[in-house]
Amino acid sequence: MNEQPLPFHARVSLALHDRQLRVALDRATSHLSTQRVIGLASLADPDAARDAARRVRADTLRRLDVHLERFEASLTAVGGRVHYARNAVEARRIVLELARANGVRRVVKSKSMVTEEIGLNAAFEAERIEVIESDLGEYIVQLAHETPSHIIAPAFHKTREQVGQLFHEKLGLPLTHDPARMTAAARVRLREVYLTADMGVSGVNFGVAETGTLCVVTNEGNASLSMAAPPLHVAVMGLERVVPTLRDLGVLLAVLARSATGQKLSVYTDLITGPRKKGDPDGPEELHVVLVDNGRTQVLASEEAEILYCIRCGACLNSCPVYREIGGHAYGSVYSGPVGSVLTPALTGLPIWDDLPHASSLCGACREVCPVRIDIPRMLVSLRAKGVAHGATPRWLRFSLRLYRRLVTRPRLFRAALALVRRASRTLAPGGFFRHLPPPLSRWTQHRDFPTLAARPFSALFAEHRAARRAEPPR
Amino acid sequence: MIVHHYPELLAGEPAYLEAAREVAARTYEFSQYLTDVLKKERLGSRWRARIAYHASCHLLRGLGVGDGPKRLLAAIEDAEIVALPGAEDCCGFGGLFALEMSDISGAMLKRKIERILESGAEALVACDAGCLLHIDGGLRRQAASLKVLHLAEALARFDDRAEP
Repeated sequence: MNEQPLPFHARVSLALHDRQLRVALDRATSHLSTQRVIGLASLADPDAARDAARRVRADTLRRLDVHLERFEASLTAVGGRVHYARNAVEARRIVLELARANGVRRVVKSKSMVTEEIGLNAAFEAERIEVIESDLGEYIVQLAHETPSHIIAPAFHKTREQVGQLFHEKLGLPLTHDPARMTAAARVRLREVYLTADMGVSGVNFGVAETGTLCVVTNEGNASLSMAAPPLHVAVMGLERVVPTLRDLGVLLAVLARSATGQKLSVYTDLITGPRKKGDPDGPEELHVVLVDNGRTQVLASEEAEILYCIRCGACLNSCPVYREIGGHAYGSVYSGPVGSVLTPALTGLPIWDDLPHASSLCGACREVCPVRIDIPRMLVSLRAKGVAHGATPRWLRFSLRLYRRLVTRPRLFRAALALVRRASRTLAPGGFFRHLPPPLSRWTQHRDFPTLAARPFSALFAEHRAARRAEPPR
Repeated sequence: MIVHHYPELLAGEPAYLEAAREVAARTYEFSQYLTDVLKKERLGSRWRARIAYHASCHLLRGLGVGDGPKRLLAAIEDAEIVALPGAEDCCGFGGLFALEMSDISGAMLKRKIERILESGAEALVACDAGCLLHIDGGLRRQAASLKVLHLAEALARFDDRAEP
């Protein structure tokens, strides 16, 4: 997964000072959060629907091996081929070999986070194979030479004004702020791409084990065209995205679009079962599915296994007060927001991501909106513990915590220290508040005042109160 | 902490675990104790003030306490409860988060304070000492004159009836 060259705090600082980004984030997160509430309200019993979806994910992952074998058998039976990729290198190699074997010069892609995860576009480009993104947001991001900043909305970080400027510069479109005009321009360009591409690459929302069916949802129909028009379709799928039956698929679809955009169902929900058959009007000659592990089976055996329940709706990003401030790029990882802060360190196990689990106040908003009720805060804490084992704790914090432990485990010393601080603080800040404190507390006073200790501690007031009660004659 | 984390932290020590569970079972947050144990929501408080209520994360999403504090506030005579947009959004405190991720925390606090000021409230009430410390510190930095109070402090106002 890509690593941004700047350290986390520098990326955050850039994001916090980007006024356009803040406009884009405010608009989009509040819109989608509202939509989600409306979407879920259209279910007779939203809580039961979420419980059912969670059950499907939990049951599937408990016997993932069995379901994957069945998925492979079913897909093979309908004429598809399954390839297993242990890591990103293998996944890229498999896709590139398929491209080479078929003389592919041009690839059309529908939106897929797992292809971002394995760095597929760069691999195509290194082979001088042209690759064009067909999801409008992804198309925008590609034109701008950027990366997606949101799981379901790649150009989440851009205002329509910025996109208008980009289309003006790159496509020669007269400057406009009208999304419809911009979309029309992209559409004209993409129609030609669908018809001339040698290969279509898609992600997979769910692979159905019982039938070998691939379910891909979009709102633009771009996946339908990417999968059906070119002679070769390669679907890249995280191996946790299998569902046992079509009935189970329905349970998940009931909460996916509702949680993502508030729609009851995405505009296009494609169910692809095998390549083109005799008499079919369209569809690829060949269908390949690349099942990507890339750390997933390790996560499955860890404390963070629950993160694999994720069905990629993005609701946790939209609800997250941290994501709302910094956007997706500041996380630096392919998957951003609360889910990314768990998934990225869990998949890679790399110390470079140790900051991410700390980028949360553990407010619990993500857990509250998750359609499969993933306990993200719990795993942010378990990953923090792993970071401590890596020695990721900054020195000032390690020192402070050690000092704190030494004090709180010695009650008399603690009380004495507190009395000292009480007196000192009230002398130094007679107004009751500090505007500046020395490091590390300067981190606090940078944004807020800090109070002096109260004149008398609660324990003294309480003792006095109790003594007074005892002195009272019994009633 | 006591209700959820003590039993988790002591899960490996059976002798303490039992005690932790026992303590957890009879530990209540202040408003919970009033509404659920004493079942007393009208305390005879009187305070003429426009009050906004901030729903603290650990109270709302951790302990599942949503309406109780608001009902208690609404029962204060002469008080006007004003709507606070985004009342359930985190204020950005998050314990060490406020120090470790000071800039993000500060941005969250700024947003919270903008909304408090927009609400026209004269007092901001919450039930979590962390939020109170954070929001009060932020408001003072902006030299805002709002009072920031714990629910108990608001309920302890027994002002004389205002002259008509």
